[in-house]
Amino acid sequence: MTVLFPKWTNKIPVFAALGAACKGLVVIFVVWFWFSPKHIDVGYQPEQPILYSHKLHAGLLGMDCRYCHREVESGPHATVPDADTCMGCHKQVKNDSDRLTLLRDNYGDGSGDNIPIPWIKVHLLPDYAYFSHAVHMNANVGCTSCHGRVDQMEIVRQVEPLSMGWCLECHRAPEAHVRPAGVKPTDMAWTPTEASIAAARERLTRGELNPPTHCSACHR
Amino acid sequence: MTAITVIDEPENPLRRAPLVEGTNDFTSVTNIVARVVENKTPKGWYLMFGAAIALLLNLGAMIGYLIFTGIGVWGNNSPVGWGWPIVNFVFWIGIGHAGTLISAILFLFRQKWRTSINRASEAMTIFAVMAAGIFPAIHVGRIWVIWWVFPLPNQMALWPNFKSPLLWDVFAVSTYFTVSLLFWFVGLVPDLATFRDRAAKAGRTVAARVYGAFSLGWHGSNRHWIHYEKAYLILAALSTPLVLSVHSIVSFDFAVSIVPGWHTTIFPPYFVAGAIFSGFGMVLTLMIPARQWLGLQELVTLNHLDNIAKILLLTGTMVGYAYGMEFFIAWYSGSEYEKFCFTNRAFGPYWWAYWIMVSCNVISPQFFWFRSLRRNPMFLFVVSIFVNIGMWFERFVITVSSLNRDFLPSSWGYFSPTIIDILTYAGSFGLFFTFFLLFCRFMPIIAISEVKGVMPQANPHHGHDDHGHGHTAAHTH
Repeated sequence: MTVLFPKWTNKIPVFAALGAACKGLVVIFVVWFWFSPKHIDVGYQPEQPILYSHKLHAGLLGMDCRYCHREVESGPHATVPDADTCMGCHKQVKNDSDRLTLLRDNYGDGSGDNIPIPWIKVHLLPDYAYFSHAVHMNANVGCTSCHGRVDQMEIVRQVEPLSMGWCLECHRAPEAHVRPAGVKPTDMAWTPTEASIAAARERLTRGELNPPTHCSACHR
Repeated sequence: MTAITVIDEPENPLRRAPLVEGTNDFTSVTNIVARVVENKTPKGWYLMFGAAIALLLNLGAMIGYLIFTGIGVWGNNSPVGWGWPIVNFVFWIGIGHAGTLISAILFLFRQKWRTSINRASEAMTIFAVMAAGIFPAIHVGRIWVIWWVFPLPNQMALWPNFKSPLLWDVFAVSTYFTVSLLFWFVGLVPDLATFRDRAAKAGRTVAARVYGAFSLGWHGSNRHWIHYEKAYLILAALSTPLVLSVHSIVSFDFAVSIVPGWHTTIFPPYFVAGAIFSGFGMVLTLMIPARQWLGLQELVTLNHLDNIAKILLLTGTMVGYAYGMEFFIAWYSGSEYEKFCFTNRAFGPYWWAYWIMVSCNVISPQFFWFRSLRRNPMFLFVVSIFVNIGMWFERFVITVSSLNRDFLPSSWGYFSPTIIDILTYAGSFGLFFTFFLLFCRFMPIIAISEVKGVMPQANPHHGHDDHGHGHTAAHTH
């Protein structure tokens, strides 16, 4: 019989099988690890149209988040302030600052062209995930749990993955993120204590606090 | 010594009909199968292959259109959320049951007549499962997240729902496909080696190398045969439960729900019987023209067709029993919803589909009580087409007529397929026939080595009758 293949070709099927198995595992690992929001979303820090400093306003000046994000307690969105809110102060304070040119141009008193400031959304949830700020605020979940220490950020960046697994982690064990009565949710420096964890656990047991983990809680 | 006389008359019921007809020996059997591949490609093949490729391209276009547009291009809509895609899935997966039944269960039961039809039936199984697999995959709508059906680590903390029969389906069908493919391939190895050697001898180097790569260095030593027989037996034993389990699990997609018309315990055996019925129907549809056009009448004999027709009669009658029993239970249960569902099925807006199903599946195989009709290839071919039609309508009736009038009369509706539904279904035939025609052209369509094993020449006593050891039995072959 004619020899069609050299002897070393006997090893091809074994190496092909092993190679395919390894390749499969590598692909799964790469997608799981590097394609996750932990890697592709955390650290997102877009350049905003106005060089606004949260560190100055929320940190040094100590303004409450709700002064600007005023729908946070009553609606699903925290809302980004309109130019009126900014100009409430900035008509008096630093009203000739170069940084505020865009704000003054777009201020809706008829003097500008009246186009909303094109802020870039940093914390973006997909359309198919229902999320309400109001519910979380009323359960006294602090801003820092999801947004981090915004009072220390010159420019806001995303510090948490906002992935479904990350949401579920907290919904399954929210003790460290629920604040006791009397502590403001907007208090940036607050950290959980043994007492606060015990109190949150107590509320969970009594059923006052009931974070849902079923699909239609968020996918309605 | 008493001489045992076996009378050689065709009508003698004691005489076992030969499995290979004509005056064939081992060489001529190899020649019959190999010449299908070695002869010049017939014009008819090009014609059929062109048609199949056109349908396959149409399938690709339809799937592309579906993915870019969305499920709305189909007729699926409330209240009939499961339309043609699921009907087509169950239709094809059912067809995919005959191959493994023939190769595994008939092998374990030592039914030697399986040898000349098992190879083509296994090929049919594999191509049918491929055609079937497309439909649930594209039916998810967002095909780019299809990997959610597998238990893979991810940042969504998302894990498949192991309580869902739809997930069992994923594992049942993929296991079935893998085992069927392995079984088919293992059986092919000795024959591919034969093709390799013939190609090498004829100086067709490319063909010799391709067949050689897939025949894994087979040279027919005793050691090879020992391993081969063991592997074949193990795979047959592995496939046997799969024949029964896969379609049982497909039936759970329906039976585990609470929809009247679906929520019945008879579904698993009823689906398995139907699957074998439809699979053997498709075997006839493929093998009758194939044996004619490829000159295989001496290997795929009228006895083979006769046996298949008997299985069609048996399974068709079992399916008919299931149809009747469904009505009996609907009445006996006392549940008004069950009763309404079945009255609606037979006399509601889809009465025509129901009666097409009954006439094709229950009435048409009853002709096979007659031997002359079981041995008439033309008649068998026509009935096999009816079986294919009937079994598609069975799945249509089960899926659509159970959903179209649900508990809330205000949401009743009438399902109509769109042109995209129809073209996608036609395209799945393109996929199936493209592969089957390639198989017929380039692969050993009949298991040469197995057929040789059931020929009288393979019997160790063959040709030793007159050695004068006192065994003067007058055997006739």
